[in-house]
Parts: sequence; structure tokens; C-alpha cells
Amino acid sequence: MSATAASPPRPGPPHPEPGGPGPGPGAPAGPAPAGERSRSAVRSLLRLWPFVRPVRARLFTAAFVAILASCLGLVIPLILKWIVDGPIAARDTGGVWLGGALLLAVGVLEAALFGLRRWLVARPLAGVEASMRAALFRHLQRLPVAFHDRWASGQLLSRATGDLHLIRIFLAFPLTFLLVNGTTIVVGFAVLLSQEWTLGLVLLAPVAPLVVFCSLFETKFSLQARRAQDQIGDLTTVVEEAVLGIRIIKGFGRHRSQARAFRELSRRLLGTELRKARLLAGIWAVITALPELAIGAALVWGTVQVADGELSAGTLVAFLTTALALRWPVESIGFLIAMSNESATAADRYFEVLDEPVPPDVLATERTSPAPRGEAGDVRDGLRLTGVVFRHPDTPPEAPPVLDGVDLHIRSGETMALVGATGSGKTTLTALIPRLHEVTSGRITLDGRDIAAMSREELRSLVAVAFEEATLFSASVRENVLMGAVESTVEDSAGGPAGGPAQEDLARALRVAQAEEFTAALPQGLDTQVGEQGLSLSGGQRQRLALARAVVGRPRFLVLDDPLSALDVRTEALVEAALREVLAGTTALVVAHRPSTVLLADRVALLSRGRIAAVGTHAELLRSSAEYRHLMSGEQYERHERYEEER
Amino acid sequence: MTATVTEPSSGDGDARGPLDARTAAGPEPAGPSGPSGPAKESGPPGAPDAFDRDVLPAPKGASLRLLGSLLRPLRPRVAVAALLLLLQQAAVQAGPLLVAYAIDRAVPALRGGDGGPLAAVAAGYAVCALSSGGLQYAFVRAAARVNQSVLLELRGRIYRHAQVLSVDFHDRYTSGRLISRATTDVEALRELLDEGLQELLGVILSVVYICSVLLWLDLGLGGAALLSFVPLLLIVRNFRRRSMRVYRRKSTATAAMIVKFVETMNGIRPVQAFRRERAGEAEFGRLNDRHLRFNGDAILEMARYVVSSRLVANTALAAIVLWGAYRVASGSLELGVLAAAAMYLRRLYDPIDRLGMFLNSYQGAAASLEKIAGLLAQAPGVPEPEHPRRLPPPSGGRPGRAVVFEGVRFAYRTGGEVLPRFDLEIPAGQTVAVVGSTGAGKSTLAKLLARFYDPTAGRVLLDGADLRELATPELRRGVVMVTQEAFLFSGTVADNIAIGRPEASREEIERAARAIGAHDFIAALPEGYDTDVRKRGGRISAGQRQLVAFARALLADPAVLILDEATSSLDIPGERAVQRAMDTVLRGRTAVVIAHRLSTVEIADRVLVMEAGRVVEDGSPAELVAGDGRFAGLHRAWRDSLA
Repeated sequence: MSATAASPPRPGPPHPEPGGPGPGPGAPAGPAPAGERSRSAVRSLLRLWPFVRPVRARLFTAAFVAILASCLGLVIPLILKWIVDGPIAARDTGGVWLGGALLLAVGVLEAALFGLRRWLVARPLAGVEASMRAALFRHLQRLPVAFHDRWASGQLLSRATGDLHLIRIFLAFPLTFLLVNGTTIVVGFAVLLSQEWTLGLVLLAPVAPLVVFCSLFETKFSLQARRAQDQIGDLTTVVEEAVLGIRIIKGFGRHRSQARAFRELSRRLLGTELRKARLLAGIWAVITALPELAIGAALVWGTVQVADGELSAGTLVAFLTTALALRWPVESIGFLIAMSNESATAADRYFEVLDEPVPPDVLATERTSPAPRGEAGDVRDGLRLTGVVFRHPDTPPEAPPVLDGVDLHIRSGETMALVGATGSGKTTLTALIPRLHEVTSGRITLDGRDIAAMSREELRSLVAVAFEEATLFSASVRENVLMGAVESTVEDSAGGPAGGPAQEDLARALRVAQAEEFTAALPQGLDTQVGEQGLSLSGGQRQRLALARAVVGRPRFLVLDDPLSALDVRTEALVEAALREVLAGTTALVVAHRPSTVLLADRVALLSRGRIAAVGTHAELLRSSAEYRHLMSGEQYERHERYEEER
Repeated sequence: MTATVTEPSSGDGDARGPLDARTAAGPEPAGPSGPSGPAKESGPPGAPDAFDRDVLPAPKGASLRLLGSLLRPLRPRVAVAALLLLLQQAAVQAGPLLVAYAIDRAVPALRGGDGGPLAAVAAGYAVCALSSGGLQYAFVRAAARVNQSVLLELRGRIYRHAQVLSVDFHDRYTSGRLISRATTDVEALRELLDEGLQELLGVILSVVYICSVLLWLDLGLGGAALLSFVPLLLIVRNFRRRSMRVYRRKSTATAAMIVKFVETMNGIRPVQAFRRERAGEAEFGRLNDRHLRFNGDAILEMARYVVSSRLVANTALAAIVLWGAYRVASGSLELGVLAAAAMYLRRLYDPIDRLGMFLNSYQGAAASLEKIAGLLAQAPGVPEPEHPRRLPPPSGGRPGRAVVFEGVRFAYRTGGEVLPRFDLEIPAGQTVAVVGSTGAGKSTLAKLLARFYDPTAGRVLLDGADLRELATPELRRGVVMVTQEAFLFSGTVADNIAIGRPEASREEIERAARAIGAHDFIAALPEGYDTDVRKRGGRISAGQRQLVAFARALLADPAVLILDEATSSLDIPGERAVQRAMDTVLRGRTAVVIAHRLSTVEIADRVLVMEAGRVVEDGSPAELVAGDGRFAGLHRAWRDSLA
């Protein structure tokens, strides 16, 4: 029987399009009109509420405490005034003591309140940051592989660290201090105006221009800051490539051209940074000079009034001290708003990822399967792909799909090799079976059950995979291999040598992968830490451990993507011999590049132009398919190289 | 844009990339110890390795010397900036003095009908206000010029140094660390320079000014203000010590968390395929909680500092004002002086909070600077010649060149010998296949020929010229090496091929691609040769990348071509295309081919079988197959596998 089921491709299960392309990672968010931006900034920040809610009581208390503390600061000048106009004017040394005591009390209270505020929010806000990070991690782990293909891990990391850090800072400072400083300014000017309104007006004069200058500056500065950020990103790319591609740069002696690119980008960055500095210098000059001028004017005008006897000396002193105390709140407003805007951007970046929908676990309800459905365990239909079409979610719709109607049946217990030219979609096809990618249409059944109707958890407990790129995690060799065992949990893989069946399975898996010898020779044997933080293994060693991981759980279905590519001839032969035993007991799909790997399989499927072009034994296909012969022996077909003639 | 990690608390960035320092072993450039061999399979390195840590051994005081050497050329600018700050602070701090003058002199004068002092106050205040603004402007720009020049130079130095350091250094230090030196660590320094340093200078200057003015106004008040710095300094010292501890714990926790995060995201396929989500979440949760705790500790440490310093400041203020007021009341102090003192004191204690933040960013920057200094202190393992010589013109009209290993020996500085002394001659135009198990020294041989390493003893000659005497461009016209990892630079596919010969025309690029069988897949990309390899749609498989790398080598058209496991990701047609190209386009070139697949060997004129650093068999493929040596055995196994 031919493996290709004759049924026509059916419309697949309703496939959720993972939300439009959206602003991709690193797409610069263009500056929006100021009004709209501030509205959307508020909206972005409001979305933080669910995370902040659990700590709201403390946060509000802290804000109240901060307002209290800040207003206490305004009382100090009033006490000064009372001292100057009261006991000093009256030469009452006893009264001075009272004033001093008052000052001390207010000072101590102010410090205590500020401390209380920080103490109130420190751990809760760190907790908010951590819970947001945990939520992001949980979400990311469940997002489809297609999402991760689009997003570099660095981009995700910067959201989990830098952006969340900014958000915590926002909750701790700008949010509170916009409120606190606003209140302080209002109260402060009320105090000033109530004491002597003319002087108060003089001091109030620079507030409006200051706020205008600050917001003008903020718009210009953020533009330059973003440009600098982008240029730093470009520079980082050049550095990264210069480091990652060092062997090529050295191998071809291309230092100069790379260095030129680097120099040019650095120069450009320098230019931007200096422009930034000019803007900064300007706003600092205004912030320094304007209030000073106002205070100077108030001083002159106040002196005249004191001389005229219309104003007490104490009031003037109080005035000037209050004005000094108000400088920071006024100056800070612009920066607090800038920080809030930055935090809003950070929140957007965070939610951009968190809003990415997790596709539903079960995509379709069970449909009647081609094989008669009796007792589920009895159905031994094997692995069946019917009219499977796959198109990368982010490719334009007019582009041809990677897989365009694949029909393939792997009988229960059979091993099928999958052969195809480079880039024909073999790896993509293997990713569809554990649903790392979802089929665009068509369906895949395991023993008659539609995989779209299973939970991913269940499906993946049935199917084990060894990937072409063997990834090890920062854990012991034992943990890395036992990851593939069905019932393995953190506890039993972390708790040292697990006894009984796990131990046996582990030994068997390592034997199959010919990994016993080298793992035993590691410094701590199976407990040696490997992965990014541990001992680094060669490509061949990693591949063997990944193979062991795939077979350790005795899976019903096994998918191996070119599992022996990095092994040398001798090891390859040994692994093949041991692997045959395992393959005899499972239904397996093995991507193969070479005859030696193909020979592990009972039959071979040739993938060509998005479809299965032929199925048969190695010998059959060698006879019947020119393309297969080409792939297996390099023999020419169709085209001839014209290079020689052209030269 | 690339993935720049913007964790603001600097010093955490080491986890940006792979942390494994032992990716591959090689000769030791300067470290005190080395791994036991280049053989990755030969077991783990025994001794602890300096490369496991971020801070490379550097002479004491290297950080300071580095900073000095960066600032030295900018001395005039630094001097100007310092002068500007000095003047600016003077202008700013003059205000309260004018208040005192106004209250004590101008008021009585005005009452006496003399407006002169008041006019002086007005003029003085206007001049101070305007000049402090102007000076501020000038200072910020001057300081930015200094800061940015330092950063530019530092980035450039790291970049240039990284390029000069030997491939072996890169193998051991790992790209992740190197990149984080050039990005996160420079960023930490930038934060310090931009935000911290000028603020610190400002604070110090204002403290000095204010204290001097207070002393001048009144010795007693000034003395009291100075005295208040004793507890303040104690608090600062205590904070520094405690926060350093917390900070270190926190950055370790951050690094662990980041590693887990990156590892999970990069390995999302196995994570999902093996249902590791829940286990991963539990593990991440644990790391996240630990980070949360230390993060909270760090914030509370800051709170503690702020509260205690504020408490001291407010107490001092109250005490000094009380004493001053008492003296004014008893007539031994003028009212204006008291007012000025009160205002000055407020200013004096204001920046204390910010000092705490500065100290934190200083700690991060100091750690970063130390790491950078350690990197820059590494001596390049493969120096450029002082008097480069030229290669003789190719002899006999053949494009290949003769290679001679003359008494070459290669060992680590610590003594582990990889290649015992050997001689080897490869005539011009010969294709030599090198086979042997992993760790036999094949790659070391290739890297010596490409001058990625220099031999411990003896010399490697190219048409009679020692490789060490050739300048890089000359050397690379002679020898090109294609490795297993086929890295693509950002840019188009055509750009990537053109790395082989930048001046090549589009036609030549396409011809090279055709010759290696890469033309078809490139033409099928969305924009053909102009497809950006980093953009969407530019999905290029490992095998295809390797074909691009070959096209690059064909275009470079070297006299000697080295292929180090360069066909491992290719399928059989790809492998055949490479063989055909070597037979046609590269005919007459000298070639050294290292492969674990014997198919490549078929095209060789000669086979070297290596074992434990020695050439144990040497002969034509036919001879060796006919014999009963190791190669014959390997070849039989391979033949069987082809069935």
C-alpha cells in the first residue's frame, strides 16, 4: 500500500492567526503628536494596575506620607520666620530654644517620614517587578515557536530586565513625586502668596516659562535620545558581528572595512551625543538662571519693603528659604514627566509581548478518524499526515507555502526516513508533529487521533524529538537526559541519582547514544554541569546527549532531525547499530541527509516542492527517482553546471 | 536593531551571551593556567581557568592607568571643564551672601536714603544668575565633550583590541563576554560619567565653597557645619560597605536569572517539546524570588542611608540655626548672617541623597572598568610583523603555493603539548586531506597554517616566507580558511559573498555562487542576491550558510585554501558541488581539507592520518586504502555505510 492517503486536503482546524505582524522587535516607535502621546502614555501606565493592585494600600499610604513629609519641609522656613521676628527681635533667648526644639522636631519627623515612605514601598514594589517578570516568563514559555523565531532572546530579555526595572522606578518615584511635588508647589505658593502676595507673584513669574521650556526640551531631547539609542544599537551590531565573525574577518583579512564601519558609526554616535549635550546644557542654563533671577528680584523688592517697614525681616528670610525649597519640585516636574513617558514606553514594550495571544491548547474537537475507532489503545494506525499545508505566519500570503499538501503515512512500528534538498522544509515538517508549529491546514493523526484535538501536554508526552541543533540546558548531564522521561519532574531529576527504572532508562539511553564512555569521563560523571554555565561539550557530544534525551522515555513516536550529522564515521556506525533496537519498538520519522542514516529506516519519503514526491525503500527510490539519486549520490540531474564554460 | 540589554544596574550584563569559557581550547595567551588539551573530547580541563571569570588577570592599578591614559590626551579640555565648574559654583553660591548683605547693609542704607548697596545687590544677583546659567551651559557642553571622547576612545580600543587578539583568545573568552565588555560595561561607565561624575564634582565643590563661606561669615557657624560632616562621612562609609555587599549579591542573582531566561528562550523548542514549562517556571520563580529579596535589600539599604543622613543633616541644621539665633538674640551675630547660614545649610545637605545613588553607579562602573582593563591588558597572541615582507611572485605559472612546516612544535604555555615537533611539506597545487579522530590535532595544524596561532617552535613557510613576516593583507591573499561555522554578517547575501573580495563585481559574485551550487537558492530568496540576511524572509539554513561561505572563499581565490570541517552541514549534492568547484575553479591551488566524512577525501592527492598530534599515515588515497593501516579501516567502514 502506498503511504499517501488518497483523501483530498481538507480545510484544517480553525487556525488562530497570531495577531498581525505588529511593530516587530526593534521597530522604532515613531514619535506621536504630543497630546496623543500623553494620553496614550497614561493609558499604557494604567495597564500596570492589575500588578500594582495587591500593593495599592501601601503605595497610597506611602504617597500620603511623602506629601506630609514634603509639606513639613515647608514648615521649616515658617519656624525660621517665627524665630527671627519673635524671639530674636525681642532678644528673648529662651524663645530661641523653643524655636530650635521645633526645628529639630520637624527635621526629625521629616526624615522619619521619608524613611517610612521608602520602607513602605521597597519590598512591595520589588515584588511587583518580580511578579511582572514571572508573568512574562510564564507567558513566553507558552508562546508558539513561531513567536520565538521572530523575537531575538535579547529583545525579550531587555523587556524582562531593563523595562521592568524602569517600571518599578516609575512606581517608586515619578508616580509618587508628580503627586507630591504638585501638592508641594501648590501649598508652597499658597504659603508665599498668603504672606506677601506681591513677592509671591514675583517668584511665581518664572514657573510658567520653566514648565514650557522643560516640555519643549523634553520633546527635542527624547528625539535625540532615541536616535542615540538606535545608533548604540547599530554599533552593538557591528561589535557583535565583529566578535561572532572573527574567524571570517581574520580568515579573509577584512579588519579594515569592519573597522571603518565601526569608526563611522562611533563618530555618528559622538555627534548625536554632543547634540544631546547641547540641548541638556541649554535647559540646565535656563533652569539655573531663571529661578535665580526671580529670587534676586524678590530679594531686591523685599529689601525695599523691609526698609520701608512694610515687611518683617523674618518674612523675607522665610520667603527666600521657601523659594529655595520650592526650586526642586518645580524643576523636577519636567523630568518626572519625561521619566513617566519613558516608563510608558517600557510598559508598552512589556505588554506588546504579554498581549501576544497563546493559541488555544486544543484546536479541534475529535473528528472521525480514517481508522475505525475502538478502544483508543488498540488503534495502531501509526503517524498519518493528511493534506498538510504550512506557511510561516509572518510570510506574505502570496508567497508559496513551505509545505503544500503533504500526505504521508508511517505505519505503527515503522521507521520512515525523510529526505529532501536543503531548504525543502524537512525540519519544518518535523516541528509540526509535536505542534511546535501549527499546520496551516490539513491534519496530522497519531494512531488515529487528531493531534489538534489533543492537549499539547498529552501530545508531547507521546512524541519525543531530537533537534538538529542540540541544545543542552545549564544542568547536570543526568538532568539533561532525563528531561525526556515522561514522569520526570524537577524533584527527581534534581535529587541526585534517581533509583530504579529511571536509572535503568538513563543507562540504556546513554548506551544507545554511545554517550556512556565520554559522560563517565567527565569530572563529576553524570552529575557534571553542562550548558551555558557548565562544561562545554563538542557538537558530537551534544548531539549524542540530545539523542539520549529523545529515547530515554521510550516514546511511542520518535522524531529525529538528522541525529547523526556531527558524529564521526566510527561513532556514527556504533550509534546506528544501537539505535536500530530503539527504532524497532517505536514509530519514527528520521530526517536524513546521507545513505547511512537512511538505512536506519524501513522506508524513505522524498520531500520535494512542498509535497511528498515518492515513498519507497532506499533501493526502490534509487531506481525510480532521479532526484533521490541526486540527493543520495550527488549524481547530476536536470541542470548542468555551466561555470566552467563561462570562465 | 540588535538585542541590547538595558539592565540599568550595571555589572549584571555578563549573562548576555553564552557563559561557557571553554567552548574550545587553544594556546594560552597570558592566563596562568590552561586546559589540558585542544581535544574537546579529551576530557575536562583540570585546573581552574582564569577565563571562567569575567575579570582577566591584569596588573594592579590597571583600571586607574586605563582611565588616566584615556583622559591624558584630553588634559586641556578637562582643565577647561574644571575651571568652568569652579566658576559656576562660585556664581551659584554667591546668592545667600548677597541676601546677608542685603539684610545687614542695604536695609539700613536704604533707611538712610542710600540706594547704592541695594543697586549693588540687584546688579550682583543679576550677574550671578546670568553667569551661573551661562557657565552651566558651557560646563555641560565641555564635560560632554570630554565624556564622549573618552567613551569613543574606549569603545574603539576594545573593538580594535578584540580584533587583534588571537582566535584562540576568542575561543576561550567567548563572544558573550566580549560583547558585554563593549556594550554593558561601557554603558555603565557612560552612566557614571554622564550622571555621576559631574554631579559628584559639583557636590564636592559646593561643599568646599559653602564651608569656606560659612567659615568666613562666622568661624563658629562654619566650624559647626564642618563638624557635622564627621557623622555624615561615617554614614557614607558604612553605606558603601553594606551596599557593596548587597549589590554584589544582587548582581549575582540578576546574572543567574538572566542566564535562565536567555537559555529558556533560546532553547524554546526542546523546552516545549519535552514539556519543561512547569519545571522551568519553578526554577525561574526561585531565581526571581532570590533576585526580589536582594533587590529589596538593596532598596532598603538605600532607604537606610537616606534616612540616617537626612536625620543627621536636619539635626545639624536645627542645632546650628538654634545656636546662631541664640547669638543673634544675644547680639553677637548679625541677622543677615544667620539667614545666609540657614540658606547655605539647606543647600549643603541637599545633595546627600544623590550621593548615595552616585556611590551605587560608581560601584558598577568600577567593576566594569576593571573588566575592561583586564581585557585590554591581554597581549595579542599573533602579533603583526614589524618589517613585513612580500610573497615572491607565484612560480611556474601555477596559482598554488608551497607550504612547509619546518620543525614545528605546538604546545600550551603551561606545557600541554598538542603537536610534537614535526616537518611537513605540501608542494604547490596539492590537495591534502587530513583525517583522524577528534582531538588528534587536525584543527591545530590548520590554524597554524592560517596563522590563527603561531607555533611554539619552528616555522611555517609559504613559498619560503615565514608566515610571521607577512602583513595581514598579504597573508590573506595567500591563505584562506573556511570553517564549520558559517557566520553571516548583516547585509545582503551579495555583501556576504563579497567579503571574499570586496572589489568584486556582481557578475563575479554570481559566478562564484553558481560554481558552488548556491545560485538556485539565492535566486529563490525574496530579493535574490539583495536579500538582507537578517530580515524576515531571509531564512537561510545551516547548509545554505555554508554554501555562502564557500562562495566567499571561491571569490577570494586564494593560493592556499583550508577547509576545516567545512562540509559538515552540507547534504551530498552540496558536498559534491564543493568537490567539483575544487576540481575546476580551484584547480592548481594548494588545499588542506579536514573532514570527518571520507567522501571529501576522494578528491585528495594525498591523505594524512593524524593521531595524538602525530601524522601516522601519509600517502595517496589509493595507497592507503590498499594498505592495512587505520585509513584503510576507516575507509571500509565508510564504504559500508554508503551501502
